[in-house]
Amino acid sequence: MLDQSFYQKADEIIAFYGKKPASLIPIMQDIQGVYRYLPGELLTYVAEQIGVTEAKAFSVATFYENFSFDAKGKYVIKVCDGTACHVRKSIPVLEELYKKLGLSRTKKTTDDMMFTVETVSCLGACGLAPTMMVNEDVHPRMTPEKADELIDKLRGGEQG
Amino acid sequence: MIQNKEALDQVREEAVKVLDSYDCRILVCSGTGCVATGSQKIYEKFMEIAKDAPGVTIEFGPHDKDAHVGVKKTGCQGVCELGPLVRIQKGDDVIQYTKVQIEDCQEIFEKSVQGNETIERLLYQKGGKVSRGPEDIPFIAKQTRIVLKNCGKFDAESLNEYIASGGFQALEKAMFEMDPDLVIDQVDKSGIRGRGGGGFPAGKKWIQVARQADPVHYVVCNGDEGDPGAFMDGSVMEGDPYRLIEGMMLAAYAVRAQHGYIYVRAEYPQSVARLKHAIAVLEEVGLLGDDILGTGFSFHMHINRGAGAFVCGEGSALTASIEGSRGMPRVKPPRTVEQGLWAKPTVLNNVETYANIPEIILKGADWYRSIGTEGSPGTKTFSLTGSIENTGLIEVPMGTTLREIIFDIGGGLKAGAAFKAVQIGGPSGGCLTEEHLDVPLDFDSVKKYGAIVGSGGLVVMDEHTCMVEVARFFMGFTQRESCGKCGPCRIGTKRMLEILEKIVDGKGEMEDLDKLEHLGNFIKDRSLCGLGKSAPLPVLSTLKNFRDEYVEHIVDKKCAAHVCKAMRSYVIDPEKCKGCTKCARNCPVGAITGNKKEPHSIDTSKCIKCGTCLENCVFGAISVN
Repeated sequence: MLDQSFYQKADEIIAFYGKKPASLIPIMQDIQGVYRYLPGELLTYVAEQIGVTEAKAFSVATFYENFSFDAKGKYVIKVCDGTACHVRKSIPVLEELYKKLGLSRTKKTTDDMMFTVETVSCLGACGLAPTMMVNEDVHPRMTPEKADELIDKLRGGEQG
Repeated sequence: MIQNKEALDQVREEAVKVLDSYDCRILVCSGTGCVATGSQKIYEKFMEIAKDAPGVTIEFGPHDKDAHVGVKKTGCQGVCELGPLVRIQKGDDVIQYTKVQIEDCQEIFEKSVQGNETIERLLYQKGGKVSRGPEDIPFIAKQTRIVLKNCGKFDAESLNEYIASGGFQALEKAMFEMDPDLVIDQVDKSGIRGRGGGGFPAGKKWIQVARQADPVHYVVCNGDEGDPGAFMDGSVMEGDPYRLIEGMMLAAYAVRAQHGYIYVRAEYPQSVARLKHAIAVLEEVGLLGDDILGTGFSFHMHINRGAGAFVCGEGSALTASIEGSRGMPRVKPPRTVEQGLWAKPTVLNNVETYANIPEIILKGADWYRSIGTEGSPGTKTFSLTGSIENTGLIEVPMGTTLREIIFDIGGGLKAGAAFKAVQIGGPSGGCLTEEHLDVPLDFDSVKKYGAIVGSGGLVVMDEHTCMVEVARFFMGFTQRESCGKCGPCRIGTKRMLEILEKIVDGKGEMEDLDKLEHLGNFIKDRSLCGLGKSAPLPVLSTLKNFRDEYVEHIVDKKCAAHVCKAMRSYVIDPEKCKGCTKCARNCPVGAITGNKKEPHSIDTSKCIKCGTCLENCVFGAISVN
């Protein structure tokens, strides 16, 4: 059972975009923006409110890669594996992050809910490949060593 | 409020006056690349320094201070590799500084803003030649900028600066001097073809929408630039958002639409922010909304963010996504011009196409046709990336050759590596080789060689790139992004990917190549939408141009570029090995044996090719074959 505050937040977002089927995607995006994931129960509620079937809402949510029904870490790291980054060795960066955080292609979030590691197909900063994005910040010219240091820094900032 | 033509003219006159009143402008690049290298902090630092400097004002408007200094965030200045980029502009004199750090700001302000000195160490330098202004850098000097003309020169967020630079003159001309049909006629005569990849003449689309009987029409902008390795449209959206909006307004005026939608990909938060800001500003002054400039023309703009589906770059999938559904393409006809968004006639063009429209209306179709080639007029933006000396954003006339782009503008390959191929058109495109270097880049010529201009991603590859692995990479991408609606694409891309993975893993057979070709042609001919139809192109074009490499992987089990892991074999040079035992201790499968202080050896049948030994050997005794 979700806390009542989730529904209040959803109501605010629904009011902003209007109770119409076309609002479905922006509403889901904003909910995910707030909670870093899309709680399934809340989606059922949104569907009811804006007049689409539950089946349709879930079919849309599962179609788009950006939506996740699982909670994500505090820092969502998107390693770019677009063409330019790929030919400038992005995979070793990804592998270093997996190794350091004990993650893999199937296990994407650390148990302490600090880090989620995903890949993305292009961040649009190809001139500085390979790149990766931590939440909304783009980090240029990555190397496995720099990725390693960055994780330490993010963890360190947490303790200090 | 700008309620009529006179008010707009007055705003322009004042804005030009203010622009001319600057003694110096500090132009900080605020493109995605430079923001990533820290340009936001550079901007803040300059703001802080300028604010505190005595006798200096940074306000946009009349002032009584001695010096008027502008600190501005501009769109992409182009040479992303050398960021953060800063330009110091005094009238027509511009200094281009590169790789500017926080520590340099004070010195720049004192020497170049307040004084008239140039700081040589921050200039672009290559081969002993120092370039002071942006136009001295070969990378920039050899371009022709229409779409990107404001990028790097004006404040991307300021409406006043856009108007001062000539913005909204085209809209004014269209609304007060031209009938909507005449606007369409000019666009049609200009011959501009859609810059999103298809190359369909934009004017033809507009004509078709305008003549539909349904009174409700829509204008939609495709900003879902999904091709990996392409960032041209993102740079326009964040670098000159008002130009894109003006282009869409012209389209709306021409086809009599009242609502416009921009669909921006989720990975471009900065584009979304700049466009939202621009729309809010325009609504506030009345340049968007009802009864614009008192003409009775009403236009409202909306932004939709993508949610991570490449297929939404396809027209019918994009409109489905705006409507709140799964972004899946549908069977055509009816086409988008007949039944697009909410089944209404819709003009759908991409960012770069719309951004060209204001200049076409202002300068005329004949002027536009004087640039580029007969069949592909105008310029094209490309993002130049990969193994190249100068990466960045460029705009050149259609018909420019790859050789000019890669060697004259791009400065050749990185660290003098040997050119192998250039990937053009992203996952829908192909690879061109040495023999195609002199092919003019325009829609029709490139197609003849099994590639497409596409949206304009150019990824340069050198001898360290394995073409088979690149083909696998693209196939992996399209297979993941296939929406699953039609069988040829859903099943076919999966089968092709499996075969490519088999080859990369060293288990390929010669008959696999025939299968790839057969499947590729089948998928190309029978898929529902452009994604499936073009998905096999990277494989088919590498099979054609780099067949030897495929054969080498299959027959010799060798990857000359040393990329494919399965084909690597590690050897220890007995001359260099000191027998320190470090590799043997680190080997996770116990494949390395040898006595202490004696050369070790690797049992290739046990080796899993993880590379741990190579990484850890301090004597450089281990190498890969």
